[in-house]
Amino acid sequence: MTATKVSARESAQTGLVTVAKGRLQQLLAFASLIVISAFFSVASPYFFSYDNFTAILFSTVVIGTLAIGTTFVIIAGGIDLSIGTGMALCAVMSGVFLVDIGLPLALGVPAAILFGGLIGLVNGFNVAVLKIPPFIATLAMMLVAQGLALVLSDSAPIYFTDVAGYTDISTGNLLPGVRFPNAVLVLLGAALVAAVLLTKTVLGRYTYSIGSNEEATALSGINVRRWKIAIYAFAGLFIGLAGVMISARLGSAQPATGMGYELQAIAAVVIGGTSLSGGKGSIVGTLIGALIISVLNNGLQIMSIPQEWQNVILGCVILVAVYTDMIRKKET
Amino acid sequence: MSEPILELHGVNKSFGPVHVLHDVDLAVRAGEVTALVGDNGAGKSTLVKCIAGIHAADSGEVRFRGKPVHIHGPRDAADLGIEVVYQDLALADNLDIVQNMFLGRERGSAWLLDEASMEQAARQTLASLSVRTVKSVRTPVSALSGGQRQTVAIAKSVLWDSKVVLLDEPTAALGVAQTRQVLDLVRRLAEQGLGVVLISHNMADVFEVSDRIAVLYLGRMAAEVQTKDVTHGQVVELITAGRSGDLGLARPDTAVV
Repeated sequence: MTATKVSARESAQTGLVTVAKGRLQQLLAFASLIVISAFFSVASPYFFSYDNFTAILFSTVVIGTLAIGTTFVIIAGGIDLSIGTGMALCAVMSGVFLVDIGLPLALGVPAAILFGGLIGLVNGFNVAVLKIPPFIATLAMMLVAQGLALVLSDSAPIYFTDVAGYTDISTGNLLPGVRFPNAVLVLLGAALVAAVLLTKTVLGRYTYSIGSNEEATALSGINVRRWKIAIYAFAGLFIGLAGVMISARLGSAQPATGMGYELQAIAAVVIGGTSLSGGKGSIVGTLIGALIISVLNNGLQIMSIPQEWQNVILGCVILVAVYTDMIRKKET
Repeated sequence: MSEPILELHGVNKSFGPVHVLHDVDLAVRAGEVTALVGDNGAGKSTLVKCIAGIHAADSGEVRFRGKPVHIHGPRDAADLGIEVVYQDLALADNLDIVQNMFLGRERGSAWLLDEASMEQAARQTLASLSVRTVKSVRTPVSALSGGQRQTVAIAKSVLWDSKVVLLDEPTAALGVAQTRQVLDLVRRLAEQGLGVVLISHNMADVFEVSDRIAVLYLGRMAAEVQTKDVTHGQVVELITAGRSGDLGLARPDTAVV
């Protein structure tokens, strides 16, 4: 009996070390977030304020939502380039459901989110069944979604002016007496659901195992094809949610937008320590990654640094994040 | 001599024009280690994959505990209690030992995995196999040595109350000490009453742990003999020529020059 006790204690100790190792990239990302925030707080008198912090959180919502879904796809060893224009298509679909067809909010919003799931489902089918490499399959979907968004909206924005309560989804204040936009609550809620699914459920377990060793997963009797489709479809729901959030923020669905969001979202995922080769990553990391991007954009803007330079700096941050991750991998 | 727990009769398998297995018979007995040997391309791995349900046999009969069974996938094999430890170690590197051992058969509901129960069962299984080299069952497999990985792969196969375990070259990539550990483990599986099939190229390993030796030669079962009745030399002859004295295929292959 003492033997089992000893092994349990040993296991707890090595377990902790393992956890700490696994969390290192997250800790690094979090530390960078603090350092960057501290820098801007010193550099600009306007950065460190409640209003600016909520503004940063608010501006993280769309990228953050997209990044959460993409985290699943990337951990499973895939990639999704269609999330940006897919989001624009879902925003347009939200307009079609709520404005053109006139569905009530309680039906139209879930329908728009489910439409995102449909985009993911098609991606998953193309990747898992037709065996098209994820990069190409989702690149094609990126174009299809962009085209469809323009076709379905006649290339004109759809305004939600007559849809009561739609913009409240993003800019309203559900919390009484506090200026805290609903959009941030939605992001946090989505992150919580995603984190639980990723760590506590079979979906999450197979997401990691498929990304880690697809063949081993199949040999363990798991229907890899079906789970891949499920993972892409599930990630697609976040495309839909992002479409709702961006159109609620703007009060309109802008069919020509979306391109470029996918790269920012993937950058957030990578900065947060998720490996592009699959098998490794976390939702917390992704959130921190998305926050780093927002803080950089916000801080550089406050310091009146031109947009062009902001992109240069963001690019360098991605390089540093991936490089530190590689160094750490070599050491272990 | 006990009744075979797993029997194959007249199994054939072709890949297109290539006839890989010709009327193969094989019997696996509980509590015994049956070594499956043969030259490269003799059909060992194909035979194992037919038993595991990865490949469907073209014809022939598989009997499990005397009853004919049809194995159409890894799940069917697993349901019968047949487990395979693959040569290339079917483990997911980023997952820990517990997660790997339970991969595909997680405990708890689909929406809430029962980690505590899985962790305890994994620890018990490792203990029952007298595995002491693994410190924590929460170590990611990527951090383990080759021998430890093999140990985990084997432990994974016995976690399921399995009856037959097929090991495809478990010692191929291991050092001396680690080979020792794995062979001990193989022997222990048989002592626990499992039917063990060991594929190996290493004659020393085969003679050390096996009770019987089945020799495949160009897709045919050349001989199935008791290990104690044959010598190294005879087995090597069976592997390379398909026959050795009275043993082996009746007609030597005409291709032999």
